[in-house]
Amino acid sequence: MSASTDLKRTPLFDVHTASKAKMVDFGGWNMPVQYSSVLEEHKAVRNAVGLFDVSHMGEIEIHGPEAQQLVDYVSTNKAAKLKVGQAHYSALLYEHGGFVDDILVHKVSDTHFFLCVNASNQEKDFEHIRSSNRFDAIVEFSSERYAQIAVQGPKAAETLQKLTGTRLGDIRYYWFADGEVAGVPARIAHTGYTGEDGFEIYVAPEAAQGIWNKLLAAGEEFGIKPCGLGARNTLRLEAKMALYGHEITASTNPYEADLAWIVKMDKGDFVGRAALEKVLHQGVTRKLVGFEMKDRGIGRDGYEVWMHGEPAGWVTSGGPAPTLGTNIGLCYLPVGKAVPGVPIQILIRNVPVDAVTVPTPFYKRAKS
Amino acid sequence: MSYPESYKYTKEHEWVHAEGDTGTVGITDHAQHELGDIVFVDLPKVGSQLTKGETLGSVESVKAVSDIYSPVSGEVTAVNELLATSPEKLNEDPHGAAWLVKVKLSSPEEINNLLPVGDYQTYIGA
Repeated sequence: MSASTDLKRTPLFDVHTASKAKMVDFGGWNMPVQYSSVLEEHKAVRNAVGLFDVSHMGEIEIHGPEAQQLVDYVSTNKAAKLKVGQAHYSALLYEHGGFVDDILVHKVSDTHFFLCVNASNQEKDFEHIRSSNRFDAIVEFSSERYAQIAVQGPKAAETLQKLTGTRLGDIRYYWFADGEVAGVPARIAHTGYTGEDGFEIYVAPEAAQGIWNKLLAAGEEFGIKPCGLGARNTLRLEAKMALYGHEITASTNPYEADLAWIVKMDKGDFVGRAALEKVLHQGVTRKLVGFEMKDRGIGRDGYEVWMHGEPAGWVTSGGPAPTLGTNIGLCYLPVGKAVPGVPIQILIRNVPVDAVTVPTPFYKRAKS
Repeated sequence: MSYPESYKYTKEHEWVHAEGDTGTVGITDHAQHELGDIVFVDLPKVGSQLTKGETLGSVESVKAVSDIYSPVSGEVTAVNELLATSPEKLNEDPHGAAWLVKVKLSSPEEINNLLPVGDYQTYIGA
């Protein structure tokens, strides 16, 4: 039996193979890494619009009179502050302060919260939340009920608007609306993982192929491209968005990962709070910082970072930045050194290559 | 893209074109296609000694690094400077303008153990 037969497939699998996408094993999912060219797909999102199948992402829903109390107990951001129709970025932590996962929390109603979680973490997340549930709330694993399609880029709204009566201009950034796309019920969220304007649409799996094809047709005049995980990664790295297993892991905490903004200490107890209080009291020893290669070479995930002839940290994500034409990355360094302008070396196949720490995000879109 | 009859190929997807005691080395169209957008090429310096089957350098696509293995032994006499500034040429013309290095062959008979074009094309299912 070949390993590939064990890989999970999204409802759009047949579409990907029919369009000759290059497929890879991504955390147990058979996913498209590229359709044509990572660089061309990347540029389509920055300049026009791109379409991503992100149906591998998981969904967990929390219902009940104390749904918000449970969300606030298991996540770091403050769910009590969310209005109905609003979403935010947050994290699930272990008691020791390390990451279980990073998540998006959507408040559907006072008694219903909708969580989007990472594909390879979804079962773990579900068990984690359920085991912390001492509230009048029900935790539902609902990944099988949703496909997710991301429409991203400056022409994303124009493309999607052709297929929906929901006025996209009325959905503020990090808000969402339940409406229809191509006549099918859909949750339309003004969110994304590219650093570009765009929407993430949650629909029933059986509706995914129809919506995918209609979006491609709707975006044709703008030069829409289907995009794979390769472009998704270069886009998110330029925007300095964290990737689980890289910037954030069970052994890193939000303060080290430069994610203090999603930790709200002005709320009640939550899983990991005591550990974070200790971290705040003692201070972090290492911190995430961006770098840019100065000499020829690409500092890749896992490579050692050296300073003054000694190992000082490691690269969490690194690669080319197609929009900038440079080679960039993120790395952990001792806290005093994790500021822009510090010369470092990345050990590339045992050769130290010069780089320098730089401000992040590497790329920020112009506000329209 | 056609695979020249006069080249010899490896299962690691390099090619060598021998003319007298000089061999020009590159990677195949199949290799560049599998790698995707090539963004960086790391090559040895002129004067370096290469051993057949050992690492010659590396090619990086957006997502990954791949080692290139030398299909022949000998001394590097030229390095394709084009690839330092335009690595994407390796996607466009891997059998021509985007050759990697020229080698003064120390054991020209090594060529005989490499794959002829037909065998290589069968190997990659072309």
